[in-house]
Amino acid sequence: MSDDIRSIETVDESLMADHGNVGDAAFRGISTGSGGIIMVILAAVAVFLIAQAAPAITTGDPRYGNLWGYVAPYLFGTIWISFLALLIAVPVSVGIALYISHYAPKKLATPVAFVVDLLAAVPSIVFGLWGITTLAPMLVPAHQWLTEYLGFIPLFSGTASGTGRTMLTASLVLAIMVLPIITSLTREVFLRTPKLQEEASLALGATKWEMIRQVVLPFGRSGIVAASMLGLGRALGETMAVAMVLSGGRMISPRLLTSENPNTIAANIALGFAEADSGGVHRLIATGLVLFAITIVVNMAGRLITGGPRKESR
Amino acid sequence: MKYPRTSAALGCLIALMVTACGNKTPTDGLSGVVQGTGASSMKSAQEVWVAQFQTAHPGVTVNYSPDGSGAGRTAFADGAAAFAGSDRALEDAEMAAPSRQCAADTTPINLPVQISTIHIIFNIGGVGELTLSAEVLAKIFTGQITNWADPQIADVNPGIALPDLPITPVHRSDDSGTTESFTGALAQIAPATWTEGPVNRWPTRYGGEAAQGTSGVVAAVQQGNGTIGYADASGVTDAMASARYSPDGIATPVGPTAEAASAVVAASPRLEGRGINDWTLELDRTASGYPFILVSYAIACSRYADSHTGEIVGAYLSQVISEEGQNGAVPQAGNVPLSGELAASIREAAATIR
Repeated sequence: MSDDIRSIETVDESLMADHGNVGDAAFRGISTGSGGIIMVILAAVAVFLIAQAAPAITTGDPRYGNLWGYVAPYLFGTIWISFLALLIAVPVSVGIALYISHYAPKKLATPVAFVVDLLAAVPSIVFGLWGITTLAPMLVPAHQWLTEYLGFIPLFSGTASGTGRTMLTASLVLAIMVLPIITSLTREVFLRTPKLQEEASLALGATKWEMIRQVVLPFGRSGIVAASMLGLGRALGETMAVAMVLSGGRMISPRLLTSENPNTIAANIALGFAEADSGGVHRLIATGLVLFAITIVVNMAGRLITGGPRKESR
Repeated sequence: MKYPRTSAALGCLIALMVTACGNKTPTDGLSGVVQGTGASSMKSAQEVWVAQFQTAHPGVTVNYSPDGSGAGRTAFADGAAAFAGSDRALEDAEMAAPSRQCAADTTPINLPVQISTIHIIFNIGGVGELTLSAEVLAKIFTGQITNWADPQIADVNPGIALPDLPITPVHRSDDSGTTESFTGALAQIAPATWTEGPVNRWPTRYGGEAAQGTSGVVAAVQQGNGTIGYADASGVTDAMASARYSPDGIATPVGPTAEAASAVVAASPRLEGRGINDWTLELDRTASGYPFILVSYAIACSRYADSHTGEIVGAYLSQVISEEGQNGAVPQAGNVPLSGELAASIREAAATIR
């Protein structure tokens, strides 16, 4: 009996130990390799950007001065349009997410969530086409009304654009593009609010809105911030839709409704690359390096705000 | 049952492949693949020329990728493309830096192969005709005239009722040969007003609305009200209103017609100091005709290090500048066919490429 057991155990152990070791080692190797590849790719991109940008960083251009003089207006445009897009998108996204997670009847919540996710799958060039052919002409009367009656506010001053291809329209398009990212992430966080806390709040006599304010929003705050940062990352790098919709140039201007708007770094690269001479290519890549750095800073800030690497989720 | 059918199908396939190969057998000794890269404005015309050339020489494959003039010149200098299509000829510095693929001690040559007109399109609520003088046009595009009711516009348009409407001048937001030609024309016809010279990116200080590509400018002009912009003939439909040009506002205005464009080319001398087979033109846009034209060049080596490539490029460019090539591209590209003595000279130059 004891012999039998021992023999079975030894056989089993040897088998399991052997297989387990091979499978374990192989899987660990694959995972570590995949993780390593990400670092290598990121490093390769950084090295490429720095190497290609170096000539433009060291030598200025008589037309623009040094690199900062060239990139500053585009940097302003990039941050300004992304800020506006988030300003529009975040409240709407939180609203949609709350509707899906707490207000919508079960039958409606799933299709609404599905449609929002679908929005994320629409290619940016389609948003761009929609922006120039539909949204921009539609918004022209709004532009005229705003400049006429609210023109005393600096943001709305200047001559209204005759085509509607302005900072306002472009940031609206951008807001719609980042909306699904922010919505689906915040929705997930809201759904994970502890049921007991919600019920406790309601039991204490809170209305539904009070419950959301006291329980759901505080619980999801860091999730909202993290989602916004991801949305911001997308907005900063969005190229095609901005290049198509925005009537941009190299300038610093916070006005929302005129034909003259600051362009973004990404759009400027797309618009200038095909016809650039070799000096121009280096200069454009140098602006790409600036964008790369900004995106990293934004992501790091997002991590800091949410308190370390993903503590609350999963 | 199954096996014979499969083998029969296979036999058919092989037979098909053999006959297909048979069709590709060169009939005139010319065979190979040649890569061209360059201006997107030449895309439509190059497609026609490639089709014509490959029909005449079934053994040859010519690829043209419309990546942009700058990309084309870079590809030519690197040897990545055997010839380049460009909205401007090579500058002296570029001529001096030899392309790897050209034979030692030879310089590249520039051949004008496509002339297009740049239309000044507008959309002013129902106004169908508009004449602009050099000065008025330059002032509109530099933001010095801002309303269609401005008396300076009315002066050159007697009898046309122009509305009290702000002007939205539309320019290209991307770097473009069209912008370089248009601003080059403004710099020649109105040097006192347009002081930036020819530039391929619109100067920010002149303001106005920016749109991506020819199609972007056309869309912005069509959708806006009170808009005016410039676009290659290839992107402009007959239904769109184009302004006519009168240098001083008194002379009979001319539209963007083939004759008016040819007049400018005919009045333009060759750039001096280039090789005998180089036909870089020094455009004189003030002499006569319609000044807003875009001359696109084919850039090639006069002698290729690889004579085989040279033979194909020479034959191809001869086809491009032939009467058949120039007229054949008109329906697709809307170009102004090069003709007469100039075309004959360029044809001769193309034939010397080896």
